[in-house]
Amino acid sequence: MREMVRMVATLTILAAAAGGLLATVKTTTAERIEQAVLDYVQGPAVMSIMEDVSNDPLEDRFALTIDNEERDFFIGKIDGAPRIVALEGKASGYGGDIGVMVGIDIETGEIVGIGITTHSETPGVGSRAESDVRFLTSFKGIPVREQDKIYIGEDDGDISNIGGATVTARGVCTAVRRAGEMYKNYESEIKTQVEAFAG
Amino acid sequence: MAKTVAQEFKKGLWDEIPPFRLVLGLCPVLAVTTTAENGLGMGLATTFVLVCSNMLVSLLRNNIPSRIRVPCFIIIIATFVILVELLMQAFAYGLFLELGIFIPLIVVNCLVLGRSEAFASKNKFVPSLADGLGMGIGFTLSLGVLGAVRESLGTGMISGVKVFGPSFEPFEFMVQAPGAFVALGLLLCVMNIIGKK
Repeated sequence: MREMVRMVATLTILAAAAGGLLATVKTTTAERIEQAVLDYVQGPAVMSIMEDVSNDPLEDRFALTIDNEERDFFIGKIDGAPRIVALEGKASGYGGDIGVMVGIDIETGEIVGIGITTHSETPGVGSRAESDVRFLTSFKGIPVREQDKIYIGEDDGDISNIGGATVTARGVCTAVRRAGEMYKNYESEIKTQVEAFAG
Repeated sequence: MAKTVAQEFKKGLWDEIPPFRLVLGLCPVLAVTTTAENGLGMGLATTFVLVCSNMLVSLLRNNIPSRIRVPCFIIIIATFVILVELLMQAFAYGLFLELGIFIPLIVVNCLVLGRSEAFASKNKFVPSLADGLGMGIGFTLSLGVLGAVRESLGTGMISGVKVFGPSFEPFEFMVQAPGAFVALGLLLCVMNIIGKK
């Protein structure tokens, strides 16, 4: 009995100490990690969408809480006026979730470009979604509200398939549609937030 | 047979160098050594965990009831692994993206648990520290060398610097999974030839 108590006590104290230590470290590093994710994951995707903007979209951003999750929106200015907003959509691909940053022109509602943020697709097969120019540019100019166009050709949509990586291509399309859905549902909130960055 | 602290440190560098002599912890050895840099990064992360867990296990060795020692070791090791993961995300995110899943998997690296069980739980603080440091550096060097061999043969470059002449045709398979086994086998062979003399 005494040994039993000692075992329970040891494990409890050890686990509590470990938990406390990790919680402390997690809170102290949270800000830096957020910055690192911005620099390494979302940053390159945002910059690839916003080629000729006059501001730093990583600086001009805001967050909205949608479905209990905080989501970042990045703003691109053209000639000083906010014109493009980029948001991230997620959907499952062949090997896990694919994150896709979608840039939308707030005046015309058209997609200006997409960039892959995170994925765990097969290297050399699904991973080509990151760099396949034909695939990526086929999203350009599609009005984000016309969701039935954001499917690959095989599914009667307007998007070029990636040879041998249909599952990945479908996953990316779904992620883009989800981002579009989010944009559609929260358009007025997004536009109010964007206006704060004007001037 | 009491060894000196220096001997405890040195054994990890050659006589018991983990991947080649003990042949322990092979999963990361094979998986992340596609480049020298990844190998070294993984090695350093493992060294940190190894040294910290060895120290703590050694300090607590008289307080941990022997029947639950393994769960206790795992808690200690897992704590340091998550610590490394958080710190790496905060300060070396690029490396974190490369190593990815293999950082949390340090928890189940049998080298780390093995040193806690076989050494730190029976020895004093200073020898345990030396043991962890030696084993960790040995592990890091092994991963670095293996990574350098695979990277140079597989891509013709180390960290972007060409190491062979312009007519060198890279063996692409060396940076893929089979190349890991081939390179490890060749290095083991070299180690055994040198060791025999």
